[in-house]
Amino acid sequence: MSTTNYIGKPTSRVDGPAKVTGAATYAAEFQVPNLAYGWVVSSAIAKGRITKVHSEEVLAIPGVLEVFSHENVPSLAWFDRNYKDDVAPGGSPFRPLHEDKIQFNQQPIALVVAETLELARYASSVLRIDYEEEKHETDIEAKRDEGFEPGNGKSGWMPPPPPRGNPDKAWEEAEHRLEHEYVHGAQHHNPMEMFGATVEWRGDKKLTVYDKTQGVVNVQNYLTKIFGLSKDDCRVINHYMGGGFGSGLRPQYSVFLAVLASLELKRSVRVTLTRQQMFSFGHRPHTLQYVKLGTNPDGTLAALQHHALHETSQFEEYTENVVNWSGMLYQCENVKLGYQLAKLDVFTPQDMRAPGAATGSFALEVAMDEMAAAAGIDPIDFRIRNYAEEDQNAGKPFSSKRLRDCYHQGAAKFGWDQRNPQPRSMRKGNRLVGYGMAGGVWDATQKKAAAKATLTADGQLLVSSATADIGTGTYTIMTQIAAETLGLPLEAVTFKLGDTDMPEAPVQGGSWTAASVGSAVKSVCEAIGEKLLKLAQKMEGSPLKGASPDEVEFVNGQIRLRQDPDNAVVIRDVLQASGETKLETDSSATPNMLKQGTHSMHSHNAVFVEVEVDEEFGTVHVTRVLNAVAAGRILNPKTARSQVLGSIVWGISMALMEETIMDHQFGRYMNHNYSEYHIPVQADIHDIEVLFVEEEDDVVNPLGVKGVGEIGLLGVAAAITNAVYHATGKRVRDLPIYLDKLL
Amino acid sequence: MIQQSSTSAAAAGGVAAPPPTGTVRLTINGQQHTLQIAPWTTLLDALREYVHLTGTKKGCDHGQCGACTVLVNGKRINSCLSLAVMHEDHDITTIEGLGSQENLHPLQQAFIDHDAFQCGYCTPGQICSAQGLLNEGRAHTEEEIKEHMSGNLCRCGAYAGILNAVKEVVDSQLRMKN
Ligand code: FES
Ligand code: FES
Repeated sequence: MSTTNYIGKPTSRVDGPAKVTGAATYAAEFQVPNLAYGWVVSSAIAKGRITKVHSEEVLAIPGVLEVFSHENVPSLAWFDRNYKDDVAPGGSPFRPLHEDKIQFNQQPIALVVAETLELARYASSVLRIDYEEEKHETDIEAKRDEGFEPGNGKSGWMPPPPPRGNPDKAWEEAEHRLEHEYVHGAQHHNPMEMFGATVEWRGDKKLTVYDKTQGVVNVQNYLTKIFGLSKDDCRVINHYMGGGFGSGLRPQYSVFLAVLASLELKRSVRVTLTRQQMFSFGHRPHTLQYVKLGTNPDGTLAALQHHALHETSQFEEYTENVVNWSGMLYQCENVKLGYQLAKLDVFTPQDMRAPGAATGSFALEVAMDEMAAAAGIDPIDFRIRNYAEEDQNAGKPFSSKRLRDCYHQGAAKFGWDQRNPQPRSMRKGNRLVGYGMAGGVWDATQKKAAAKATLTADGQLLVSSATADIGTGTYTIMTQIAAETLGLPLEAVTFKLGDTDMPEAPVQGGSWTAASVGSAVKSVCEAIGEKLLKLAQKMEGSPLKGASPDEVEFVNGQIRLRQDPDNAVVIRDVLQASGETKLETDSSATPNMLKQGTHSMHSHNAVFVEVEVDEEFGTVHVTRVLNAVAAGRILNPKTARSQVLGSIVWGISMALMEETIMDHQFGRYMNHNYSEYHIPVQADIHDIEVLFVEEEDDVVNPLGVKGVGEIGLLGVAAAITNAVYHATGKRVRDLPIYLDKLL
Repeated sequence: MIQQSSTSAAAAGGVAAPPPTGTVRLTINGQQHTLQIAPWTTLLDALREYVHLTGTKKGCDHGQCGACTVLVNGKRINSCLSLAVMHEDHDITTIEGLGSQENLHPLQQAFIDHDAFQCGYCTPGQICSAQGLLNEGRAHTEEEIKEHMSGNLCRCGAYAGILNAVKEVVDSQLRMKN
């Protein structure tokens, strides 16, 4: 019997008590001595030049310390490479307050620093700025014919594979054919916590930077390169993050400005953005997609073509994998995928939950539904007829793929057999009822990560890594992994993160944290275990003498022989007998390329949705969602389920509500606040559920996990769109589905 | 050339002086605090920046998200929409006053049990709002709870857990009453 098996068990968040009592401290909440407040002034125009910043007027206000703008910023690093953060796309990164040029609306153009928050806010509101305006272009519709293929994308981006077969001819000759355009507008991450940084001046250019970020190491690299600081003098900390969803992958200008002000004023400075300013940086790009599908008489795909065009800024080439998934989700011999960007006078888009895939899966999965209807085949059956047994893009087998089980188990649990295939055939009172389904695929990635572990004589284990917990449950799953690996009770284990003094970890994104940091935690605990075993074997009369690491297990606070569990030593006694006060070690885990290189590694899902649509008003109610997910081993079903439930809410939002609307006359987002940028509230969410399909995978990483941060979002918006079609007979191809589109 | 300016007082190169600070006395979680603050300091900023009770969160500063919800004389309000100076004679309860890590309030425990949060940033506001809802005594069914908890956004989408957590405490209070 083991009481220290934690992996795979639903476990409450170890950071829960801190979060529910308000004790969890976020970046803009650290109390540091001699704090000044910075308030960001944003550009009122989309393009042009600043001709004058009337700083002197606000500097006359007692308590206002400084106005930073391009007019007085000290000279900083010169080369683009200094401003390139670890996950920057190709191009020339934006440099805050660098020059008089305005490249996008709401560009930060000044920072007013004052003794109090109220003063800084007031002074920034009366700061006069003169501009010379130039004509801007913010509408991708105007750039339809000016798309170009990106050169160097960001790391992880893959240009679409070359065409295979004869996609044009095969489409011309197909039994059933369709071609449609699918569109969604820009979307902003809008985590609840606004970006902010508290920079503590520790004297003599030594800083501690508390910053809202998904990667403290990335922020430290960025700051040290720009401001010429040594890493020792620029410690970056982020213990809790009030949501990220990709918005915190790249360092934001808030931390740049806070550090700038702190170094110049030689005191501590806090800068927090406003909700309006949360719309002044990266976003999911407005994307136009074109899909052509053709089928054979037997319902197999004859041809598949998928092309995407999305916006980027004038200065960087933001890329995401939008169309590639279409070449791997279904078996098809004739495939053509295309991907282009168009430059607009906006800030560079940024990865937003399931970047690229959320966009691509919407178009592909709605097109698949349309084709199933045209061919008179059930949508699940249609997908199974076109099931990809290998990744045709890469020409590799999947390390594991239980998507078929997602279809079958999901359909059974949802009650798909209750669906009358005829659109507009089901109703409840004055509401039309529709069932729809869709699905998706996401990468299972492992990155290099490191961790450190310290076991003290009192039997307490401390493990740390400079990773993040953006609400994903990192604290909890790492505690589970460490406790189980060394057979210690959960309460004896503390996991710490988010500090550049800790061993390096990648930014938290791409659903790779569980795999990457989890493997490092496992590895470092195994290293402690080996040290423990050696010490245990030195104990007098040790029952473990001569045993190899493979022959022992760490369970219930003991080291014992696998074959003979009664031969055991208590872990705490080992340290005490050895006279050591602690055991400490560092370790890193890197992907096993020999194993992984020969496989295509992905998570999959299938989403089933019931909607009710009011016939007169066109209002859509998502009454039921079941998300069946195959994502390898689930370390903590409780927190993993929450991630997927959150993704369902995101999918409902994407389908029905969310869109940042640009007023092209001003080149400015109009609905840049929480009351006009609609996201679901409690009353919008009904019966949503998650089904994890069991999936074993010993290729992806030593833990067999694939990550669940993104996969749950895929297919949700498409399944809702398909359900709306089934309910109403109306096919919507541009999101969100506002009610006027159904009337 | 266009000019950006927001007060008429900016004319002639001078801007209006901000109002002077004054003394404001607040009773927060049963404790007296004397603050020297500008009259336009919101209750939210007073709590976070002057009393250093940062459990109350700022998600919008415009009354649109509920992250800043606190209880004033038992009633839930958005503290970002209210000035500190308006609450001198009031009893203010923040998340820190509801319970502590060692002694969790039933709502706090229920939020942990139902995994009613991810990032945790909306959570103090959700919990204070739920306590306000309990005080109002008008929500009994799931539908009612959903409606009356809809002023608190959760971008992580933890709504299912939040509903279950609040429902559990509402139910147990109803049982105690009967
Ligand atoms: S911060 Fe007060 S409602 Fe959003
Ligand atoms: S838990 Fe993150 S916003 Fe609600």
